Amino acid sequence: MYKDLYQHPDYYQLDELLTDEHKLIRDTVRQYVKKSLSPIIEDYAQRAEFPTHIVKELADIGAFGPSIPAEYGGGGLDYISYGIIMQELERCDSGVRSTASVQGSLVMYPIYKFGSEMQRRKYLPKLGSGEFLGCFGLTEPDHGSNPAGMITNIKDAGDHVILNGAKMWISNSPFADVAVVWAKDEAGDIRGLIVERGMEGFTTPETKGKWSLRASATGELVFDNVKVPKENIFPEVKGLKGPLTCLSSARYGIAWGALGAAMDCYDSALRYSKERIQFERPIGQFQLTQKKLAEMITEITKSQLMVWRLGVLMNEGRATPAQISMAKRNSVEVALNIAREARQIHGGMGITGEYSIMRHMMNLESVVTYEGTHDIHLLITGMDITGLNAFK
Amino acid sequence: MKILVCISKVPDTTTKIAFTDNNTKFNSDKVQFIMNPYDEWYALVRACELKEKHGGSVTVINVGGADNEQIIRRALAIGADDAVRIDAEPQDSFFVAEAIAAYAADKGFDFILTGKETIDYNGSVVAGMLAGLLNWPFISLAVSLEVEGNTATLEREISGGKEKLQVNTPFVASASKGMAEARIPNIRGITAARTKPLTVIAPGNATALTTIKSYKLPAEKTGVKLISADHPEQLIDLLHNEAKVI
Repeated sequence: MYKDLYQHPDYYQLDELLTDEHKLIRDTVRQYVKKSLSPIIEDYAQRAEFPTHIVKELADIGAFGPSIPAEYGGGGLDYISYGIIMQELERCDSGVRSTASVQGSLVMYPIYKFGSEMQRRKYLPKLGSGEFLGCFGLTEPDHGSNPAGMITNIKDAGDHVILNGAKMWISNSPFADVAVVWAKDEAGDIRGLIVERGMEGFTTPETKGKWSLRASATGELVFDNVKVPKENIFPEVKGLKGPLTCLSSARYGIAWGALGAAMDCYDSALRYSKERIQFERPIGQFQLTQKKLAEMITEITKSQLMVWRLGVLMNEGRATPAQISMAKRNSVEVALNIAREARQIHGGMGITGEYSIMRHMMNLESVVTYEGTHDIHLLITGMDITGLNAFK
Repeated sequence: MKILVCISKVPDTTTKIAFTDNNTKFNSDKVQFIMNPYDEWYALVRACELKEKHGGSVTVINVGGADNEQIIRRALAIGADDAVRIDAEPQDSFFVAEAIAAYAADKGFDFILTGKETIDYNGSVVAGMLAGLLNWPFISLAVSLEVEGNTATLEREISGGKEKLQVNTPFVASASKGMAEARIPNIRGITAARTKPLTVIAPGNATALTTIKSYKLPAEKTGVKLISADHPEQLIDLLHNEAKVI
């Protein structure tokens, strides 16, 4: 039987920066992952199937909308707790973390932040309990890094609007009950609205043949003259601020989450290097292996400090989108590099499903691209420090 | 139904054990601590199940410093209603039993549960001492517990089978594997634990009866020798002449 032997690397005793509640939350998610997810995830990823039963389980442990107030079905936790939950889930698989971060940051968060009280009451408890799965529609086939160019649109038709267009690369879409969709109104302003499965003209074809996030469902959102009641439109927010606010929250979760994948790769490589014997000694005794491992733990430790500090700033309401970009970009890059080096330490075994390394590596190719590509985040940092915009 | 569950803090099972002060103290540096699994998985969870079935309350009690509150919060997150921490370093089993007995004597608990042992010092005696001090019946190594009114039915594993017995409340029992299924606290339980009462009390006149002279680690395990299945005589020879076990 599969045994998840993961042990959390904490080289600088950063646990001392966490509260008892943070550690309790981490233990909870880690126990759930070890008991229920680790034994099944590889099989689902190999078969490119989304384990739908985990939606309820993730809700039951409280992984959906942890920072949304409890009265709306969230967890009422701080941002460090949210980061810890994402880290423990992505330690298992980026696809599982994606499911949870889309539900929390990209569906529940905008409904909580921008929704009417009626929208909050109607959707948030069901999303928090896992009765509803949600998805977030911003990216379009021809508008990825440049969402302002979107062509999905709504037209006023009395008590409802008519929605037309298409969204692409949407996590959870094939199984989603509701979609938070961003579309331009007739004045050209970007508006957010909640589209429900079953509305006529709304379909969610699945994206097949992915080599990444194989245990998570990805698809399109296609709107062909969909009638959406006006009460489903977010009343106040207009412009890119709406979706970008959600993305800041999700990117923050990725900054913690991707480090989870990095720590899993490091932990596995460290263990393997002490067990694998070549030339009558464990390969961990060779300098080149030690170099890899030492660099991994150095990068992990630096990044752990970075996301913890970002969490403190988030809790105080002082984190800037540019600071979040830097952490997201750094964590994913660190994770990708560590996954690659860890795969080498595992030798041939590293390419098999016996170990999580190759799955993490392939998953991270999505993570480095979605929610702001690696290059775009670099340019956000560049713009922030120079005051000069490289996008225009 | 009013239940008291005794919980201990122990090093995580993956801890590398080392000693300080001339091998008289456990070196707790960089050690991760957890709630004693027998206390958590079996005693506490069964207590919560019985409370959920019959109503009442579950109180957890721990003897230790403020850094033990991490495991106390976990017990509250799993489902205990309130907690008591006796603010003292546990010196030996009698010290712990006496401190808990002094607290529990007049609180009207129907029964007290502990794990069958703690996984650090493996004493297995606090529950028995506690029962003795309270003059209550003691049932050790229970694998099941049902309570109806003032009567409890417990099963114990004994050599080659099981023993079923009945006892009237109040009593003390130590819980073995099988009494309940471990629970993972969920985040709603963790946040609910924030507002559950945790009372800190002084240890009273608890006394230790023993002192530690020294600890010693077992000899390090040596490498495994593989014998070809075609040469069982080599195995016999090694068992005879090297291991000297036959």
